[in-house]
Amino acid sequence: MRPILDVQGLTKRYGARLGCGDVSFDLWPGEVMGIVGESGSGKSTLLSCLAGHLAPDAGRVIFDTRAEGPRDVLTMSEPERRMLGRTDWAFVHQNPRDGLRLGISAGGNVGERLMAVGARHYGRIRAEATDWLGRVEIAADRIDDRPRAFSGGMQQRLQIARNLVTGPRLVFMDEPTGGLDVSVQARLLDLLRGLVREMGLSAVIVTHDLAVVRLLADRLMVMQGGRVVETGLTDQVLDDPQDAYTQLLVSSVLQV
Amino acid sequence: MTDAAYNFAYLDEQTKRMIRRAILKGVAIPGYQVPFASREMPMPYGWGTGGVQVTAACLTPADTLKVIDQGADDTTNAVSIRRFFQRTAGVAATERTAEASVIQTRHRIPETPLTEGQILVYQVPIPEPLRFLEPRETETRRMHALEDYGLMHVKLYEDIARNGAISTAYAYPVKVEGRYVMDPSPVPKFDNPKLESPAIQLFGAGREQRIYAIPPYTRVVSLDFEDHPFEASKADHACDLCGAEESYLDEVITDDAGGRIFVCSDTDFCAGRRAGGHRGALAAEDVA
Repeated sequence: MRPILDVQGLTKRYGARLGCGDVSFDLWPGEVMGIVGESGSGKSTLLSCLAGHLAPDAGRVIFDTRAEGPRDVLTMSEPERRMLGRTDWAFVHQNPRDGLRLGISAGGNVGERLMAVGARHYGRIRAEATDWLGRVEIAADRIDDRPRAFSGGMQQRLQIARNLVTGPRLVFMDEPTGGLDVSVQARLLDLLRGLVREMGLSAVIVTHDLAVVRLLADRLMVMQGGRVVETGLTDQVLDDPQDAYTQLLVSSVLQV
Repeated sequence: MTDAAYNFAYLDEQTKRMIRRAILKGVAIPGYQVPFASREMPMPYGWGTGGVQVTAACLTPADTLKVIDQGADDTTNAVSIRRFFQRTAGVAATERTAEASVIQTRHRIPETPLTEGQILVYQVPIPEPLRFLEPRETETRRMHALEDYGLMHVKLYEDIARNGAISTAYAYPVKVEGRYVMDPSPVPKFDNPKLESPAIQLFGAGREQRIYAIPPYTRVVSLDFEDHPFEASKADHACDLCGAEESYLDEVITDDAGGRIFVCSDTDFCAGRRAGGHRGALAAEDVA
């Protein structure tokens, strides 16, 4: 078995400041990797570099493509990278407004990726969209409503449906539960956990919420000041933190 | 007739050269929007400044010019542009499609089939077919470059989801020669099949500073879904003046009691048919 994503020495600087420095890790098929850290620790920069939204200064991101095996994403041509972004990859934004088209109905949002990879049969696109709305617990009669008319939790679930409709193998998530209240968060996490297991997705989840990684992530990477300070199995890192910063992070969560 | 104060066809020769270069590039890459340095013209934006510049760059003293506005030869826009070129270029003007060598048009393609050697110049308000789908121009250009056109079908999907059929009736997006998605200017979708033509078709957008082109006999496909195919629709009626069944019709309100008639939008086509003895349902009465 080969890792689906192999990251080596990824570095991104903003002028003299460090975005993220010398990050290396492997992600195996079906594995969920959590990246935690405080604001400004470089976790979002890292995710953007991985997903090809930002060009890193150094390092390699090797993705195991379906057709050609392991390839460095950073040296791919733009059309190839975009194709990957529409088929094998998915990116769930923190704010659903960044990931959805608000002027277009829920069905159109879900169908966009299908049409982008060549689906040209309206009936089948619509059936697929209806199916996906059901899987993320959005009623089928909301298919022609615009996302503006949806609640925050529904928008986030719609964004997930829109991303997963083409059956990606690797999902990047940036704070998928940010800005939602706790009960909605819990349902969303439940849904995500189900989908990840059912579809065998590999995922990289960036969050500052330790509860999210406790539930979803198999492995954990703790970042501070652009550097990885600790990695390990989720339970191991959270229950027995070794690094001083991780100890601080874990102990600062309120126990109710 | 030429007013000596003006260069031939109003524009200076350097400008015409610049526009011709853009036209040639447009013809070489069918459907691609070529940027050009649009000049200030003696008419407001939206009145055909792009089309006028393209026409000016194409005209020679031997040309015969026809100008169409919404199919008609006798409306303000058509009359003023025709007079502009009669004054600044001294070219012959005609209302007959078959006799014209250069035709500038707004919102219609003539019903009379065009022939090789004719040039059809369109006035284009918004050249970017993705404009209202993706607001960033940098992004739309990248989408054209990468042939990333899924969004265009999202628009058609929305049409069907909301109205049960593709309700886009004008500026219906087309794919040119299997590559670029293009906005055929606001012609009714009835005219889309006529975009595959023996004539050269040039599109000029003055405010947006873009020129694009369809060379003769280029494949032009209207976008659609397999289960909702493209349909070139028109009013289900015959022309009340000339009786034509196959031409695009305007609905004209004739009084304040709900009276209305349907007449050919292409006035030259209608007049030609009436001269040839065709009569519509209301032709005997004095309408209009």
